[in-house]
Amino acid sequence: MSSRSEVRTRTPARELTFAQAVREALAQEMRRDPAVFVIGEDVAEAGTPFKVLSGLVEEFGSDRVVDTPISEAGFTGLAVGAAMTGLRPVVDIMFGDFLTLAMDQIANQAAKAHYMSGGKLKVPLVVRTTMGATRRSAAQHSQSLHAWVSHVPGLKVALPSTPADAKGLLTTAIRDDNPVVFFEDKMMYSLKGSVPDGEFAVPFGVADVKREGRDLTIVATSSMVQVALEAAALLEEDGISAEVIDPRTTVPLDTAALVESAKRTSRAIVVDEGPRRYGVGAEIAAVIAEEAFGYLDAPVRRLGAMDVPVPFSPVLEDLTVPTAAQVRATARELCGRT
Amino acid sequence: MMNGPWLEAYRQMVRIRIFEEHVNVLYRSAKMSGLAHLYSGEEAVAVGVCLTLRDNDFITSTHRGHGHCLAKGARVDRMFAELLGRVDGYCRGKGGSMHIADQERGNLGANAIVGGSAGIATGAAFSARRRGTDQVAVCFFGEGALGQGILYEVMNLAALWRLPIVYVCENNLYNEYTPAVETTAGSMRARPEAFGIPAEEADGQDVRAVFAAASRAVTRARSGEGPSFLLCHTYRFHGHHVGDVNRGYYRAKDEEEEWKTRRDPLQVLGTWLLDAKQAAAADLERLQAEARAEIEAGEAFALASPYPDPADVDQDVFA
Repeated sequence: MSSRSEVRTRTPARELTFAQAVREALAQEMRRDPAVFVIGEDVAEAGTPFKVLSGLVEEFGSDRVVDTPISEAGFTGLAVGAAMTGLRPVVDIMFGDFLTLAMDQIANQAAKAHYMSGGKLKVPLVVRTTMGATRRSAAQHSQSLHAWVSHVPGLKVALPSTPADAKGLLTTAIRDDNPVVFFEDKMMYSLKGSVPDGEFAVPFGVADVKREGRDLTIVATSSMVQVALEAAALLEEDGISAEVIDPRTTVPLDTAALVESAKRTSRAIVVDEGPRRYGVGAEIAAVIAEEAFGYLDAPVRRLGAMDVPVPFSPVLEDLTVPTAAQVRATARELCGRT
Repeated sequence: MMNGPWLEAYRQMVRIRIFEEHVNVLYRSAKMSGLAHLYSGEEAVAVGVCLTLRDNDFITSTHRGHGHCLAKGARVDRMFAELLGRVDGYCRGKGGSMHIADQERGNLGANAIVGGSAGIATGAAFSARRRGTDQVAVCFFGEGALGQGILYEVMNLAALWRLPIVYVCENNLYNEYTPAVETTAGSMRARPEAFGIPAEEADGQDVRAVFAAASRAVTRARSGEGPSFLLCHTYRFHGHHVGDVNRGYYRAKDEEEEWKTRRDPLQVLGTWLLDAKQAAAADLERLQAEARAEIEAGEAFALASPYPDPADVDQDVFA
């Protein structure tokens, strides 16, 4: 994306929930471009289990809000073919865990078609799905698998952390001529925030500083941005000024902004809800270590989900996800406060 | 007066046969790298089906895809260039033998995942209808793909939504190095029929039989009556790929000889053309000579074509 500026026609903003912001982006793009359609399980009258899509079928009809059988591979594959031949599908994968069922279609088909065909075939496809634990849904409805798709060349990956970013990034995803996997943390659907009215697109590959600071950079993704902001508020009480920066897309990744922030503050923590091992946090930490090493006063630290399947029991589940208290403690350690 | 496009069918089948012979030699003389899955023996399926299609109809193909690609109208020279990894190839050398796509002729690509293009073909049919065209999609796959779940998922969708698609199963009797009888329970045609998709079986060595069955299926699709399934019984003259030479452990030499000498689709059609006085021997010889010349020229073009520039390696990752 060449432009770093946001595209908007009108700027009055209202408070919307994250779910409403997603729905508004979809509805606006469907009004703008008749090639856009939504396809997935229980997307029409049910509006998904999270009610994110409520009202769309009433406006656009069942030809453009298409309920499917429980066949993730089948309808994702169908969407790849539809995207190659003139439509712009937005696939709904109800739980991120079910990406595994559609993985051949995403990783072997959608991601590779443009390159393998020498640039002839295009796959303007959005796969919307969820991530995030602590909903007491256990190991097969709670995973955050954004690192998997971030690892596949040919896919773009967006991780909005606010209602405004949800609207702006989804608009960009739908207009992009490439396959985009779009992760919504299901724990944020009722999060409220100011969202611009009218057309609003947030470019990919442009990080956003969610809070400015001097002593420490906290790079956070998706709902971990909210955790990082909470930690930054606590750190202020400790006399530590933390910057919170959200890359918003892992592919493309705004390495320049992350590295610049780390160089300026000389300390960095990466907080991401995927399992810590081989994760998005590892990649971002490596980028900062490679490009800002001489400026750092301490090694880059990673906070991620524990490397265990997500347990059901609330007592156990809550142990697996990074918390504001952990971010605060890690930050204090990095800044030499014990 | 001929009652079908049979000389054209002969011409196309000969092109495919000679093309594959050249691929075999290129590979064995180490001029071509990677993998080559030859279509020789199965020509009547691709040609019989594609003769019923229009230029803007869609196909998806398989790892054994050279025949489909040629039958849908691809150029020999650019195909050879792709097989050799040259910049003039259909995919600028980035796809190779198993990934040739020729969008201008509706070929949405060969696919190296068995059954991997079933979703794409079904999506093309979905899109054709949604865009209000009367385009049809054909999904070619081998009987090995009957083991893949996605095929059943998308046949269910195609049947539910009456999509304009024809699923063409090329039953060449072997899933790679394993006889299909060892991998396939029950009846092949009962599978689509369970979804309410009409299935028809055809002798895949007889291009006239394939053409007749495909015409019915394509007409159904184009007139909005929904998907069909065409089960073509055929045979792969070579191994699973060019390097699969010692095949005695999975299929008998006698069986191969029987198919090559008595069930060769070129011979079946050639004999019919002569017996029915639809063509003279000289006509067939002329078509063979023309195909040979075209293919020799195409191969020479490809051998002279440059390799891609190293700077191409990270181009076209994203549109």
